[in-house]
Amino acid sequence: MNAMKDTVTESPQAGAPEAKARGRTAKGTVFDRTFEALCFGAATLLLTALGGLIVSLAIGGWPAFKAFGFHFFISAEWDPVQEVYGASGAIVGTLVTAALALLFALPFAFGIAIFLVELCPVRLRRPIGTAVELLAGIPSIVYGMWGLFVFAPWFAKHVQLPAMMAAPPGSIWETLTAGVPNGANILSASLILAIMILPFIAATMRELLFTIPPAVRESAYGLGSTTFEVIRKVSVPYVRSGAVGAIMLGLGRALGETMAVTFIIGNAHGFPTSIFASGATIASTIANEFAEATGELHTASLIALGLVLFIITFAVLALARLLIGRQAHA
Amino acid sequence: MSAGKPRLSRRLSEFGFLAFCWAATGVALIALVAILWSLFRQGIGGLNADVFTKSTPAPGSQGGLLNAILGSVMMCAVAMAGATAVGVLAGTWLSEFAKDGRYGKVVRFLNDVLLSAPSILIGLFVYELMVRPMRGFSGYAGAMALALLAIPVIVRTTEDVLRLQPVSLREASVALGAPVWKTTIAVIWKAAQGGMLTGALLAFARISGETAPLLFTSLNNQFLSLNLAKPTANLPVVIFQFALSAYDDWRRLAWAGAMLIAMAVLAVTIIARLTTREPKRS
Amino acid sequence: MLHKAWVGMAVALALAGCGKQGGETKAPAAGAQITGAGATFPAPLYAKWAEASKAATGLTLNYQAIGSGGGIKQIEAVTVDFGASDKPLKPDELEKNGLIQFPTVMGGVVPVANLPGVAPGALKLTGPVLADIYLGKVKKWTDPEIAGLNAGAKLPNLPITVVHRSDGSGTSFLFTSYLATVAPQWAKVGASDSIAWPTGLGGKGNDGVAAFVKQTPGAIGYVEYAYAKQNSMTYALLKNATGAFVAPTAASFAAAAAGADWSKAPGFYLLLLNQPGADAWPITGATFILMHRQQRDAAKGKAVLGFFDWAYKSGDPQALALDYVPLPDSVKGLVRQSWTGIVGPDGKPVYSPTP
Repeated sequence: MNAMKDTVTESPQAGAPEAKARGRTAKGTVFDRTFEALCFGAATLLLTALGGLIVSLAIGGWPAFKAFGFHFFISAEWDPVQEVYGASGAIVGTLVTAALALLFALPFAFGIAIFLVELCPVRLRRPIGTAVELLAGIPSIVYGMWGLFVFAPWFAKHVQLPAMMAAPPGSIWETLTAGVPNGANILSASLILAIMILPFIAATMRELLFTIPPAVRESAYGLGSTTFEVIRKVSVPYVRSGAVGAIMLGLGRALGETMAVTFIIGNAHGFPTSIFASGATIASTIANEFAEATGELHTASLIALGLVLFIITFAVLALARLLIGRQAHA
Repeated sequence: MSAGKPRLSRRLSEFGFLAFCWAATGVALIALVAILWSLFRQGIGGLNADVFTKSTPAPGSQGGLLNAILGSVMMCAVAMAGATAVGVLAGTWLSEFAKDGRYGKVVRFLNDVLLSAPSILIGLFVYELMVRPMRGFSGYAGAMALALLAIPVIVRTTEDVLRLQPVSLREASVALGAPVWKTTIAVIWKAAQGGMLTGALLAFARISGETAPLLFTSLNNQFLSLNLAKPTANLPVVIFQFALSAYDDWRRLAWAGAMLIAMAVLAVTIIARLTTREPKRS
Repeated sequence: MLHKAWVGMAVALALAGCGKQGGETKAPAAGAQITGAGATFPAPLYAKWAEASKAATGLTLNYQAIGSGGGIKQIEAVTVDFGASDKPLKPDELEKNGLIQFPTVMGGVVPVANLPGVAPGALKLTGPVLADIYLGKVKKWTDPEIAGLNAGAKLPNLPITVVHRSDGSGTSFLFTSYLATVAPQWAKVGASDSIAWPTGLGGKGNDGVAAFVKQTPGAIGYVEYAYAKQNSMTYALLKNATGAFVAPTAASFAAAAAGADWSKAPGFYLLLLNQPGADAWPITGATFILMHRQQRDAAKGKAVLGFFDWAYKSGDPQALALDYVPLPDSVKGLVRQSWTGIVGPDGKPVYSPTP
């Protein structure tokens, strides 16, 4: 790909007969440059949009940082009446729900993608693929409402209560499962989130798996590998860089999702002490309180929370890059 | 070399793996059916001819969702047009021209960050950018906020899919004398069109149901207005307001609207898939 | 295929562009167009009034509920023609931003509970007991504090699950202000649309609170009166300032307003909490409109005030039908008098109410 570009741009330096033979290329160079400039412009536009976003958040959140300083990041106290705000409760909630959501969603998303590519009867491929994508098309507020009115009671009855009953009194398991049995807690919010991000990861993974040249996979099968081994040793490494992208897509959605989480997480500030405790995420806090926030410090603290979410995303993505290593290219 | 069946452990892991893949798909389909069942059960009751011919009513009055439907369609169309243009070009730049340089890495990274931006913050940003200076809410501001949400999805999927096209494809095109721009557009894009379409559909699915960013940009409109320079009615905000209200008729309309959004995404997905020629795959 | 997609998008863009011209010609020729935003509590009523006034006067009012805080912010940024807030601004805040404030309609907050075997209106509570419940001091329904008030009723032996609002809201503001007024032990928690609740579950919107209460036996929560009535929830009786246990009805809200002295409240800043009167409901409040004292566009200002004048004159039946409580006529008169303070660029009042 890079070699191709160099070939084209080197052409004007060729001798006369070659130049005549490549007459089209001279005009093509102008179009090439315009095209590249257009693409570059689009990328830079993206950059400026994000830059503008971060700047406006920093400006909006500045009063909060000035008032609380570093304490803002470690305090869990969120009291609009006393005008004391601390972000750590929301931060913990965001990280926990996103991590749990990814944990639940990833295996299923991979399973679905592999099913669609390897196991599904060809005629059913499109319908089932479209059905999975339909999960992505359901408005997030419907997830919230379904979660609150249908999933939460079911969860309370069939998951939460048995877990609480089964916990031996006084054990660590009991503290971990303490909470009001009505299904509005961090775990159920994570499960709803997992269902929401599932289609994004599955659809992208499916597209990626489809791009593997048949020869690559067939040669592995030809050597006697089972499907599992082909997936594990050939397909997944081939699409590894794209798979990271798919996971990022899902993670991004999980970190920033507002409506679905807000309805079912119970919305309690402060550190959650059990998986069945109510919590809050940054997005749900902002969504809940921004519309009514009148004090300047309250509004600034909410915007500062938004900036904190950006910092978290930066950190998580940078960490992911480091762990996965430099992306391999096709 | 013996041509017998593989070892038991391999067969077991194979069986377990395949069973898991089937189960995973089953679970996803069950979740889908459960949610759609709730959606249709509640939404069908509110669906009638009025929904498509009248504007949003006050509680107790007759009405429908016409203004919200039209407003959403207009804003999504404008947003998707802009977002696809910028997103595909930026993704192409990252895949074809960035050459793993520093700038490319930065853009890629920041794109992923923008992907996770809570939609309400994007709405606030566009509010500061467009609504305050223009001294009024508008459909254009709403479309801008939606576009900002859609672009990172399209960039990500476009770049990933373009990257995975084999180098031999590009080399063959260049060998035939095609310039870079033609190679990219006529060959690479064409080969990747299925994946790029998936990206666009995912982006559309994402923005069609977004409420928070529209709250502070396009606001909403009780009456029918096709003027995008003024507050524009839209389905997600209407659903949000009506669903959480005390009135039965409003709530029925909310569920009907939610069902409409889901069906619209389904329809667009199916139509788009039908009109795409699927490249030959194994 | 991509070609088709581009063509399709171009068509959509063209349609959107055409829509701009179409929108202009579709606007009603006769009436002005005004925009308002803010409080969620009166939104259904303003929508009803907007519909009716469009038919009656040709005025198009587009009101959107983005929250009281949003309403205040938008009127300060002059992106709307008027703002609405469930929480009244104090006179000094009004002064600072050059705003004028007046009430439009009233409503109340009702405690609701889920007690198997207990009918609506059978449970009796007082403010201090409610405060203790929401502080987490009273944990079971069989607690002597509650039993003492409900001698006859058989209360189930269930733990109390406290439910409050997770989102900022005027309902929370009224409820917490009431607790702060009648219960000294609540002072340390304070009153606002969004507070640090000592205990309990947060539900989003009246809907969220109602859902949690309905799904959890032994739960207690608070919702707007309209919500409780429309959904037939199990409400509790409250003890008012005179010592009587009253039920939440339109009559008891009106009784609370009747006793209040609005003329002594600058900027109409008055919370109708714990008002005197044998029938008065203790958690009542009005919702307010905010406008700039100095209007940039005299015609717009006139249109807004014309709308509210029309609403005061002809809007009461709709308010009652939707379970809101209209203001007493005396208060409406006071509000009309205050409108002389709203002036246009030329310094003259933009609206003179027709008697």
